[in-house]
Amino acid sequence: MTLHQKSNGAAKGIVGQLIPHDSATKHVTGKAIYIDDIAEPLGLLHVQIGLSTKAHARILSMDLTQVRSAAGVIGVFTAQDIPGENDVSPIMGDDPLFADQLVEYWGQSLFAVAATSRTAARAAAQLAIVEYEDLPAILTIEQALEQRSFLYEPYEMVRGEAAPAIKKAPHNLAGEIAIGGQEHFYLEGQAAMAVPGEDRDITVYSSSQHPSEVQHKVAHVLGLLNHEVTTKVRRMGGAFGGKESQSNLAACAAALVAKLTGRAAKVVYDRDDDMMITGKRHDFRIKYDVGFTDNGEIVGLDVEQAFRCGMSWDLSQPIGDRAMFHGDNCYFLPHVRIRSLACKTNTQSNTAFRGFGGPQGMLGMERIIDHIAQTLGKDPLQIRRLNFYAHKDDTGSERRVTPFHMQVEDCIIQDIVDDLAKRSDYQKRRTEIRAWNSQNRTLRKGIALTPVKFGISFTKTFLNQAGALVHVYSDGSILLNHGGTEMGQGLNTKIAQIVAHEFGVDLDVVKITATTTDKVPNTSATAASSGSDLNGMAARDAARKIVVRIKTMLAQKHDVDAKDIVFRENKVFVGEQQIDFSKVVEQAYMARISLSATGFYATPKIHWNREKASGRPFFYCAYGAAVSEVAIDVLTGENRILRVDILHDVGRSLNPALDLGQIEGGYVQGAGWLTTEELIWNDEGRLMTHAPSTYKIPACSDRGPDMHIALYEAGENSEETIHRSKAVGEPPLMLAISAFMALNDAVASVADYQIYPKLDAPATPERILAAVERLKAMRKGAGK
Amino acid sequence: MSDKLTFILNGEQIDLMDFSPTQTLLSFLRNQCALTGSKEGCAEGDCGACTVIVGELENGLVQYRAINACITFLPMLHNKLVITVEGIAGPQGELHPVQQAIIDHHGSQCGFCTPGFVTSLTAAHLSGEQPDRAGINDILAGNLCRCTGYGPLISAGEQALAQASPDWQKVRQKESEKLLRDIVRDQACVFQCGGQCWDMPVSLSGLAQLYKQYPEAILVAGASDVGLWVTKQLRQLPHLIDVTRVASLCEIEEQDESLRIGAGVRYQDVMDIIAALYPDFSELVRRIGGRQVRNTGTIGANIANGSPIGDTPPALIALGAQLILRCGSKTRSIPLEDYYISYGHQDRAKGEFVEAIEIPKLDNPDQLKCYKLSKRFDQDISSLCGCFNIEIVQDRVSAARIAYGGMAGIPQRAQAVEQTLIGKPWTRATIKEAMLAYGNDFSPLGDMRGSSDYRLLAASNLLLKVFEESSVPLFDTRLVGRGSALI
Repeated sequence: MTLHQKSNGAAKGIVGQLIPHDSATKHVTGKAIYIDDIAEPLGLLHVQIGLSTKAHARILSMDLTQVRSAAGVIGVFTAQDIPGENDVSPIMGDDPLFADQLVEYWGQSLFAVAATSRTAARAAAQLAIVEYEDLPAILTIEQALEQRSFLYEPYEMVRGEAAPAIKKAPHNLAGEIAIGGQEHFYLEGQAAMAVPGEDRDITVYSSSQHPSEVQHKVAHVLGLLNHEVTTKVRRMGGAFGGKESQSNLAACAAALVAKLTGRAAKVVYDRDDDMMITGKRHDFRIKYDVGFTDNGEIVGLDVEQAFRCGMSWDLSQPIGDRAMFHGDNCYFLPHVRIRSLACKTNTQSNTAFRGFGGPQGMLGMERIIDHIAQTLGKDPLQIRRLNFYAHKDDTGSERRVTPFHMQVEDCIIQDIVDDLAKRSDYQKRRTEIRAWNSQNRTLRKGIALTPVKFGISFTKTFLNQAGALVHVYSDGSILLNHGGTEMGQGLNTKIAQIVAHEFGVDLDVVKITATTTDKVPNTSATAASSGSDLNGMAARDAARKIVVRIKTMLAQKHDVDAKDIVFRENKVFVGEQQIDFSKVVEQAYMARISLSATGFYATPKIHWNREKASGRPFFYCAYGAAVSEVAIDVLTGENRILRVDILHDVGRSLNPALDLGQIEGGYVQGAGWLTTEELIWNDEGRLMTHAPSTYKIPACSDRGPDMHIALYEAGENSEETIHRSKAVGEPPLMLAISAFMALNDAVASVADYQIYPKLDAPATPERILAAVERLKAMRKGAGK
Repeated sequence: MSDKLTFILNGEQIDLMDFSPTQTLLSFLRNQCALTGSKEGCAEGDCGACTVIVGELENGLVQYRAINACITFLPMLHNKLVITVEGIAGPQGELHPVQQAIIDHHGSQCGFCTPGFVTSLTAAHLSGEQPDRAGINDILAGNLCRCTGYGPLISAGEQALAQASPDWQKVRQKESEKLLRDIVRDQACVFQCGGQCWDMPVSLSGLAQLYKQYPEAILVAGASDVGLWVTKQLRQLPHLIDVTRVASLCEIEEQDESLRIGAGVRYQDVMDIIAALYPDFSELVRRIGGRQVRNTGTIGANIANGSPIGDTPPALIALGAQLILRCGSKTRSIPLEDYYISYGHQDRAKGEFVEAIEIPKLDNPDQLKCYKLSKRFDQDISSLCGCFNIEIVQDRVSAARIAYGGMAGIPQRAQAVEQTLIGKPWTRATIKEAMLAYGNDFSPLGDMRGSSDYRLLAASNLLLKVFEESSVPLFDTRLVGRGSALI
């Protein structure tokens, strides 16, 4: 079929429609290619990373003789073999590619062995003999606090005077919640393949959210210029933040081997290695002192967020900061201090994970609200509503300013919560559940409605930029490239929709290609939910440049006003005339018009002064709310999510199907974090849950059987984002806080809601049973 | 002299000589056939990204099952038929109803797990399953997805499994099945390569003789454990004996007083019959692994393995099952509980193997109560598992057999608790008294599946749960599975 045949009827696949993921057919037929599926170049070497078996130790000696002489081994490489810098860290220069003399966590990379098969490489790596001298290891938040082991000085966000406000308040509460970390468990583990080229060139195929950083790190490690390294990312088999910085090591190891041997080299982490090596979501311990009025209005809040960073900085500082940015969630805090303690420990260097600290900060705030409600004997929803930031239309209100002095100008949480409470029948069900619980000895139910406000933008302001490249070929087909990466979220589909919309053509006229650093340079990670906001704008900018050039040509040629030229339905309408899009392109080519353009976007309005803890780090906020109903077994602690109702704001949706997919997937992933997913390290700092046999992400039956998810129909971004849409990657994960609060509610029933259960996360059967027993004992103790 | 390994792969006959018998099917597909649609997500049979469909000729019919290619050794495919995700779309690229449904419902995001969902659902489609929602959860329990939250995949399953096979599919299936019938030979085989040997006897006497001669050989059935020795521990296994082709080991025999299950019977194949005789046991078996694991794993291997967790042994011990062991031509029968001596140590002589298990029938099938506690309901290893066979006559406990997994180094009875109960009235006071006896029976270890305190507390609470269930309907006490009324 030529593109001329496309000129009948309306263009399909434009913005706002429910378009399937661009790779859906390839996914279901097994034809989508991931790193380990790429046809292997001749002579490819398989690389296995040798790992430390101590949490903190000096390396006295490393005998790799047997590794070298093992069958199939071509080479073994250590820190001494690195031509450039021994560092794969994103920012601070503190993540060695291979540990040199000092080991700082169990699972740290020591060396790489390259062999002719993966099996040979794996078997050889086991033959290393490493002598260590043990050093004292700091493993937990408590130990780090005790020994004041911090990455950086405690950091604060302050507004007003929290301490006196709390003291003067009619009611005071103090409390604490421990929040566990989370393994990303992307189904495709870390993987990279490096192929040496001419001169000093090297091409790295990487499963990375951040191709530019992979390019830069490979260049640093090999002592090359950035222009000698090209990173290509077609797609990832899941990432969730775990491939923002953590993909650097695999890529650099592959590149090093390729450089030193002159042969293509591939690193594919086995699942256990992946979980042992890579960082995870930070675990937190949040302490609070809150003062509030008789009706539950917060007057002062003092929060301490201690979080476990692991052995290096990685992205911990912006993650810790984001936990603080969301330490308010949707609530106005007149007097507030949020204090952040970045604990340095001898464990995996914790990293980005969907929400980037936001979920932990938000869970802390929701716990506080819940605790207040229970203390006053009120419905937590009532307390939530009372403390919301002022509605966007309430422009005169003082209740618009955050702990970091940003004005919340777009708050619509009241509208969403009212709508959701109604459509989920929250009040009636809450009453019914309490009645049900009074009739049931073994099973108890709980319900909770929690809101989400999530700030959109990288809080490192300079990262909020993106580029794109659009080519229109002389047959009318369009090739699109942008700096974002596809990890399953459907970013490529959305960007293609945006470009198809600009040209008024069918979606399949636009082909989207692998992200590659030689097409669009200096890109930011596809992270912070920003993928379509940033790259969509950049792609539109590129497309519009070409459209303008074509319009100018047509306007001259047909003597019409450029304003009267319209691209739609695979045609260009020029005054009275309709010309096929591909014909117009042909004419433009013949008229020597450039049909290729780069596009660029930098988010406006944002600024942030970290020293002063003040500014506007976010362009806008995304909002949503969820009601979860759960049941627990008070004899075993087992628990289930029964029903979920979600109303979420994506502004004007670019693609409702993809957005709903992000919402459901985010909720379930968040629910896993707060229920079944538990990371356990032993006393020596060895991670004991390093495979799906021991680390349990939600399975099919864990999904609430009765889920009702809706997009907030009135949603529209008040800022000028791409088609007034809102980012959707991270915010829905935090909707799952409602499940955790519902579990708390169910446990509270054991003591007739008189005692607050203070559940820690994740709410495993063990923790729930312990809470049930604690409440029973306290009730007995109180003589009730 | 090595035999030739023959199977049908996506409609083509594959003949293999000179292959490592411990090479996995996944490695073969990806590295030798360039069939990279099947993915490695965990290499331990827990994520399902490598799921393929295996067809076997049984009583003249081809039965299709989803299995994990990552822990399936090549010889296990001998005389079978394999369909990978690449073999599911039609000859002209027509999408199978399962594939179309996943697209229609937006059931793929990153796409890495998708081939496994396609194959799991297609296996169910080929088997003509018409599941309800819970049934779909069960079909997909062995497939992990980290992106979608599963809803779209469940909807896709509902849509696809209600649809008929396309004509091209029927034609192709017939052709493949004919190829399969042509290759199947009922004869013993041995596959040898590079110092490794895989024996595949087809008669009980052949197996007994081989194992007596080579008692150091590894007996393998579904390889859901042995597979990990290779993929995770990189162990070299010189000699394996495959027990799954011995017809008499694969029989289930219902007698007047008991049920006899051959050691080679797969979990999935026993579920129907035990659902009638011991419904709680059936639910317990349903929660072993995912469907892929139950399609290969056997009850006999589970018993023989001697894991402290046990899966089936706590229930079988509570039921008073007898274990039949064979060495050469000699057999003996012992109470199952006596088989487990201490951690890693069983009452099994050199060259002796598990032949069958004999389970007494119950007058009241509901008398057996089984509870598996784990962090996740489906496809998890239990923190602990408690099974209760308590007989009450005229409101008094006349007999009690209570067994636990996960509470000691072996699956073990709670004898002090039993003794406290026997002869006493079936009252809350008796239960409370018996709950205090748990400390005499068990001092469990703590690990990543549960602390010592949790195990002891939950174990004793399970006795209370049994008591509660004697006076209220199951829907008052059960969150999931049999009897639960919670949607």
